[in-house]
Amino acid sequence: MAEHARHPGARAEAIAAWLLALPALLLMWAMLLGPALAVLLLSFTDWSLGEPEIGWAGLGNYLQLADDPVFWQSLRNTLIYVGVSVPATVGLGLGAALLVESVGRGRAFYRAAYFLPVASTLLAMALVWEFMFHPTVGFVTQGFRALGLPTTDWLQNPDTALLALAVIGIWQNLGLAMVLFVAGLQGIPRDLYEALAMDGADGAWERFRRVTWPMLGPALVFVVAIIAIRSFQVFDTVAVLTEGGPNKATEVLLHTMVQEGFRFLRTAYGAAITVIFLVFTLAVTVAQTVLLDRRAHYG
Amino acid sequence: MADRSGLLLRHVLLLLGAAVMLAPFVLMLSLSLKPPAEIFAPEFRLLPVQWAAVEDYTAAFTKVPLARFLLNGFIVTFCIFTAQALTALPMAYALAKLRWQGRDTAFLLVLAALLVPPQVPAIPLYIALWQLDLLNTYAAIILPSTISVFGIFLMRQFFRTVPDDLIAAARMDGLGEFAIVWRIMLPTAAPALAAFGCLSFIWNWNEFFWPYIAVQSEQLMTPPLGIAFFSDTEAGTSWGPLMAAATVATAPLVLAFLLAQRAFVRGVTMTGIK
Amino acid sequence: MASVDLIGIGKRFGTTEVLRDVSLRIADGEFLAILGPSGCGKSTLLRILAGLEGADRGEVRLGDARVDQLPPKARNLAMVFQSYALYPYMTVRQNIALPLEMRRLSALQRLPLLGRLLPGTALRRRAIAEDVAAAAEPLQLTHLLERRPAQLSGGQRQRVALARAMVRHPAAFLMDEPLSNLDTRLRTEARAEIMALRQRLGATILYVTHDQAEAMAMADRVAVMQGGRVLQLAPPQELYDEPASLEVARFVGSPPMNAIPARIGAEGRVEAAGFALPWRSGLVPGTQVTLGVRAEALVPAAQGLPVRVERVERLGAEALMHGALSGSGEMLVARLEAAQIVAHPPGTSLLLMPSRAVLFDAGGDRLPMTRLHDATIPSSEPAYG
Repeated sequence: MAEHARHPGARAEAIAAWLLALPALLLMWAMLLGPALAVLLLSFTDWSLGEPEIGWAGLGNYLQLADDPVFWQSLRNTLIYVGVSVPATVGLGLGAALLVESVGRGRAFYRAAYFLPVASTLLAMALVWEFMFHPTVGFVTQGFRALGLPTTDWLQNPDTALLALAVIGIWQNLGLAMVLFVAGLQGIPRDLYEALAMDGADGAWERFRRVTWPMLGPALVFVVAIIAIRSFQVFDTVAVLTEGGPNKATEVLLHTMVQEGFRFLRTAYGAAITVIFLVFTLAVTVAQTVLLDRRAHYG
Repeated sequence: MADRSGLLLRHVLLLLGAAVMLAPFVLMLSLSLKPPAEIFAPEFRLLPVQWAAVEDYTAAFTKVPLARFLLNGFIVTFCIFTAQALTALPMAYALAKLRWQGRDTAFLLVLAALLVPPQVPAIPLYIALWQLDLLNTYAAIILPSTISVFGIFLMRQFFRTVPDDLIAAARMDGLGEFAIVWRIMLPTAAPALAAFGCLSFIWNWNEFFWPYIAVQSEQLMTPPLGIAFFSDTEAGTSWGPLMAAATVATAPLVLAFLLAQRAFVRGVTMTGIK
Repeated sequence: MASVDLIGIGKRFGTTEVLRDVSLRIADGEFLAILGPSGCGKSTLLRILAGLEGADRGEVRLGDARVDQLPPKARNLAMVFQSYALYPYMTVRQNIALPLEMRRLSALQRLPLLGRLLPGTALRRRAIAEDVAAAAEPLQLTHLLERRPAQLSGGQRQRVALARAMVRHPAAFLMDEPLSNLDTRLRTEARAEIMALRQRLGATILYVTHDQAEAMAMADRVAVMQGGRVLQLAPPQELYDEPASLEVARFVGSPPMNAIPARIGAEGRVEAAGFALPWRSGLVPGTQVTLGVRAEALVPAAQGLPVRVERVERLGAEALMHGALSGSGEMLVARLEAAQIVAHPPGTSLLLMPSRAVLFDAGGDRLPMTRLHDATIPSSEPAYG
C-alpha cells in the first residue's frame, strides 16, 4: 500500500474514508462486536442483573452447565432439531429447485409459492401451524387419519413435539434453499450439458450425476451452512407454541438462554449458554470454509 | 424420450408441493372468515357457511391495538432501514473503492461481525439499555439493528463491480468523496439497495426474539410480538380473530413480496453464491 | 489551453516498475499521442497527469504551475475514458452538465429541490443549460439529450463522453483509448470528430492508444512507449522513416520493418546474404549489424538479395510477398505491385534490392551510414539516405 500513499489527495482520501466508515465502525463495535466480547467476559463472572457486586467465577458457569440436565436436554434437542431439519430442508429444496428449473411454464408461480413462507411472519404462521397440528380437526391429523396412521396431540406429546416444530422449520426455510439452489443451477454453463450430450450421456440421471451435482458443490455447502445456522437459531415457534414443553421436550438453546438470562435473571449463566450457542454456529461456518476450500477447484 | 409424461409428472409434484407450502396461508384466511362454531367443524370447508369476517376482523382490531402494532412495525422497520442504509453505504464505498490504511482491518471486522448471530449480543445490550433507562422504548427496539454488517458486505460486493473509471470521471468532474457517495454510488446502487431494503424489511418486520426481550408495553409491540401477546391472552379460545390478526400482520410482507419478488430473490441470492 | 510538462516521472506498483524516468513536453495546442502495447505504462502516465494516480518521482506541470499535489478536480483537465464512464442513471443532458454544476454551483445550490430556491441558482442553471446545448450541437447529440447511456449506441456514447469533456473548456484533454470500443467504420468517423473538435477548440490533447494507425493519422507527434520508457518522440513520418531503434522500427508500421542480419565488409560496405549493398558505415569490418528495410522499400531488381517466395497476401492493388532470404533463411516481407506478384508465384526465387534502409547495431540502436552513389540501385523508388 505504501506506493499509493503519495498520490495527490491521498491524505484527503484517507481522511474521507475514515469519516465515511466511522459511523458504521462505531455502531458495529457498540451493537455487535463489543457486546459479543462482553458476553464472553460475562460468562466468566457470577453477575445477576441488578446486583451491585460482580465477582469472577472462572469456569464456574460452565461447570454448572455441565451438571445441568436441562442444559443437556436443551443441547440435545437443538442438535436433533438441526439434524432433522437441515437434511430435510436441503434435500427438498434441491428437489424443488431441480423440478422448477426443468419445467418451462409456471416457474414464477412455483418460485413465489415456495418462497412465500420465507417472507411471511413466522410467528403468525406458527399459530396457523398450531391449528394444522390440532389433535382432531388439524390438516396434519386428518391427513394421517386418512392414510390409516396413528395420530396424537402432536405439540403436547413429548415424542412428537420437537419433530412438529422441525416440520414448521422445514416449511419455512425450504423456499430459501430452493431459491439459492436455483441460482446455483443457473450458474452452471449450458455448454457443459451440451458437451456431455456430445459425449453420449444425455439422460436426466447422467446429467445430474456428472454435471449438476459436482458443479453444485459450493452452492450445496453454502446452503447447508445457512440452513444449519438458521436452524440453530430456532426460537419463535418454541416461545409461542410450546414454551419448551411438554416436559422440556422442546427446550432449545436460545429458549434456555432467554429463560435463564432474562426470566430468572441469571445473567452470567445466560451468557455462558450464549457462548455455547455461538461456538456451535461458528463451528458451522468453520466447517463451511474448510469444505469450500477443499472444493475450490470447482469455483 | 418420455418428455411429455415426464413434464406432467414434474408439474404434478410441484403442484403438490406448492399446495403444502400454501396450505397454511389458505387455512389462515379461511379461519379468519369463520364463526367459532364452524372452525372446529369435522369437515373442512374453504369458505364459511355463515360469514363472520366482519366480526373476526373487528375483534382483532379491538381486543388488541392491532393498528398500533402495524404502525409500530412500519416505524421500526423504516427507522432501522434508514439507519442501516445511511451507515452501510458510505462504509461500503470506503471499503470497495478508497485507498486507506486500515481498510483491510475494517473489512476483517465486518467479516467477523457477520459470524455473530443477532441473538449473541442480547444480554449485554439489554444491560446497557437498562442502565440508560431505555428499555421499553422505540429506541430499545431500533438501536441494536441500526447497523447491518450484512448490508455493508452486500453493498461492498456491489460497489466493487462499479467501474473505477466511473469514479475517476466523477473526480475529474469535480466531485469530492462525499458527493461521490451521494451522487454517483447511491443512484448506481439503487437495485442492490432495493434488494437489501426488501431483506431488511422482512427481517425486522418479522423479528420476534429481540422485541420479546426488550419491550413489555402493549403500545410498543411490533406485529409478531402483538400476535404472540394476543394468542397468550386469548389462550386458544378465539381462533377467528387470532387468524384475522395473523392475516393482517402478514399481509404487508406478502404484498411487498408479491410486488417486489425479483428484488427479494435477488437480495437472497446476492448473499453468497457467485 | 495550456502546455503540459511531465518531468522525470517514475512509478512502481509493488515490485514492477511501470514508469522509468519519463519526460514529455506537450506544447500548447499540440496533439500528442502515446503509442505502446498494453502494459507499457502509457495509461498510468495519463492517470498521473490527471491526478488519479500519484507518481513516485518527478514533476507534473500545467502551463507554469506545478500540479503534482493537486487533486484531479483542481487540475482543470478533462478525460475521455476507454469505457466512456458515463453515469448510467443520468440522462445525456445530466451527464454533460455535471462537471459544470460542480464548478459553477455552490454545495447549497446543488441540493435537490431546495437548491433551486436559492438566489442565483436559476440564472446559473440557465447558463449551464446553454453551454450543454452548445456542446451537444456540433456532436449531433441534441436529439439524444433526454436519453440514458444504456439507450445509446457505442458511437453515441463516445460522443457524449467527448461532450462531457469539452463542455467546461479544460486546460487539456486526456484521452485513454477512446476509440477502442468502436467498430472500424465508427472509429474512422470518431477520428474525424476528434480532429474537428481540435480544430475548433485549438485544444491541447494527450492521446493514449495501442493502435498505431490512430496515432499516425491524428497526432502532431507520437511518443512510442515500451517497458515504462519513451523510446522515441517524433512526428509520425519521422517515426516511420527514421526509427531511433530496432524496437521502434519493429513496433511502428504494418507490416513491421524487415530486420535483415548483415555484417560490415571491406571498406565498411554493408553486406547481407553475401551481397554487398550500396551503403557504407564507419564500423570495423566484421561487425554484426542489422539492416532495417520497410516492406515497400524492397524492390525487385537485376541484382540484390536472393529471396525464395513462400507465401503471398493479396491486398488488392498490391500484395505482400513473404519470402525466405537464402542462406540465413530469415523471413522478409515485401510490398509489391499485383503484376509483379503474378510473375513470381510461391516456390520461385527473385532478387530484391533495398531502395532505402536504416542501420542498427547488435543492441538495436541506430547507427549512421552513408549511401554510395552507384548504378546498382533501382530507380523505381525515391531514395532516402
